[in-house]
Amino acid sequence: MNIFDIMGPIMVGPSSSHTAGAARIGYIARRLLGCQPARAEILLHGSFAATGQGHGTDRALVAGLLGMAPDDPRLPASFELAHKAGMVFSISNTVLRGAHPNTVLLRLSDGAGQTVEVNASSLGGGRIRVNAIDGMEATFTGDYPTLIIRNEDRPGQVAEVASLLSWRGVNIATMQLYRDKRGGLAVMVIESDQPIQQNMIEVLRTSPGMVRVTYLNPERGN
Amino acid sequence: MAFHSVEALCTAAGAVPLWEAVLLDDCQDRGVARDASFSRMAALWEAMKQSVRDYDPDKRSACGLTGGTGAQVEQAAVGLMSPFVTAVMSTALKVGECNACMGRIVAAPTAGASGVLPAVLLPMQKARGFSDEEAVRALFVAAGFGQVIATRASIAGAEGGCQAEIGSASAMGAAALVSLMGGTPEQMSFACASALQNLMGLVCDPVAGLVELPCVRRNVIGSLNALAAAELALAGVRNVIPCDEVIDAMRAVGDSLPSSLRETGGGGLAATPTGRHIAEMLSGHTQN
Repeated sequence: MNIFDIMGPIMVGPSSSHTAGAARIGYIARRLLGCQPARAEILLHGSFAATGQGHGTDRALVAGLLGMAPDDPRLPASFELAHKAGMVFSISNTVLRGAHPNTVLLRLSDGAGQTVEVNASSLGGGRIRVNAIDGMEATFTGDYPTLIIRNEDRPGQVAEVASLLSWRGVNIATMQLYRDKRGGLAVMVIESDQPIQQNMIEVLRTSPGMVRVTYLNPERGN
Repeated sequence: MAFHSVEALCTAAGAVPLWEAVLLDDCQDRGVARDASFSRMAALWEAMKQSVRDYDPDKRSACGLTGGTGAQVEQAAVGLMSPFVTAVMSTALKVGECNACMGRIVAAPTAGASGVLPAVLLPMQKARGFSDEEAVRALFVAAGFGQVIATRASIAGAEGGCQAEIGSASAMGAAALVSLMGGTPEQMSFACASALQNLMGLVCDPVAGLVELPCVRRNVIGSLNALAAAELALAGVRNVIPCDEVIDAMRAVGDSLPSSLRETGGGGLAATPTGRHIAEMLSGHTQN
């Protein structure tokens, strides 16, 4: 834990877990969709459902979906800003089996056929963890430079990504692989010690079999 | 790296001032330059000042329980305490209310306890003319002690009760004040220990589970406690139980608190008839 985990973050109140963490989850989900959602279904679980309204969890999630950081002073006005921006959203409560008390399920679509479903939890102090993407287990916190790659499940995909990273001197800290079914859709989550350059991400995006490539850089506040 | 004991923190402060030992450790830990570390802390100080400047006495929290008392104390205090102490109290309330009303604050160490450090440092700067640089150095001291508390015990109400939030903020503030006044590392550790032990056992019992009641006002007591602890230490009063042992005791007390007293809204003030009534009223109205 570094000293800026103790002092900070700068954030819009009232709660680092229920407000700042929620804003980050919304933002990361937006990044996983790849653009501003046209529609968002927000399902709150546990303490998010019980005290989310009083803590502004709902407004913080929508703010994140609009691309705001947890310290954006416009955060409390996110509902109004979403309406202006033409983003349609709904908020309701749900029960997710075995989930962390501060968990949300976000179903996003860009209005042109692209969708993503993100299950994520707020762990306290503004730190978060994504638990699943499109129903597939995929665990990461966004504390490290993180590549989230959705690809076709076929031979050579992992090797291609790993060799590209090693060629550019990027050390892989952790790597996780998941798939829905054999030959179906797979998710690769790679946390690295070094930031990944934008041109490498473009190369990955154009590689055969890659469905969607998302890169989160914590140094830029994601 | 990071400091795991106050003893190690004070030892590291042999060759350089304690604030600098914390800064140098951060540079090594995160692999950043000295300027980057200092300017990041300076940005937090600036945001703290901004949160007090932006205070709006007419703002109320989403549930209507919180707002306005920071200005009320400032205007209507009858003078039981000195103007300086009243300023400390109103600053703590202003930041606590700003947080509850979805304003921009600095979690230090948490959002619920965000009023304590601005409340002890800002009126002090005004009263004694400390520079921003001196205040930022004091924040490094607060962060160093906070890091030890977070490592050995906790800074989360859900884990350790309010003693871990307001108690930790108060202990960090006490050490920061001693540093600002030119005290020794040993005096900082006495102040930290003293502040923490005075609030040991404080439970986390927010009404309706919201960071409002009693959280906002506990920032006041955390700030006054920090002032008292720093005053004692600077006067040369020693603390018998070493700071690391006090922190460990705080953890043990937190571990033995029932879950109803750890941010679940199930015990303490939250469980009073009035507290329950407020919670029921709030759960009644929904939006969207």
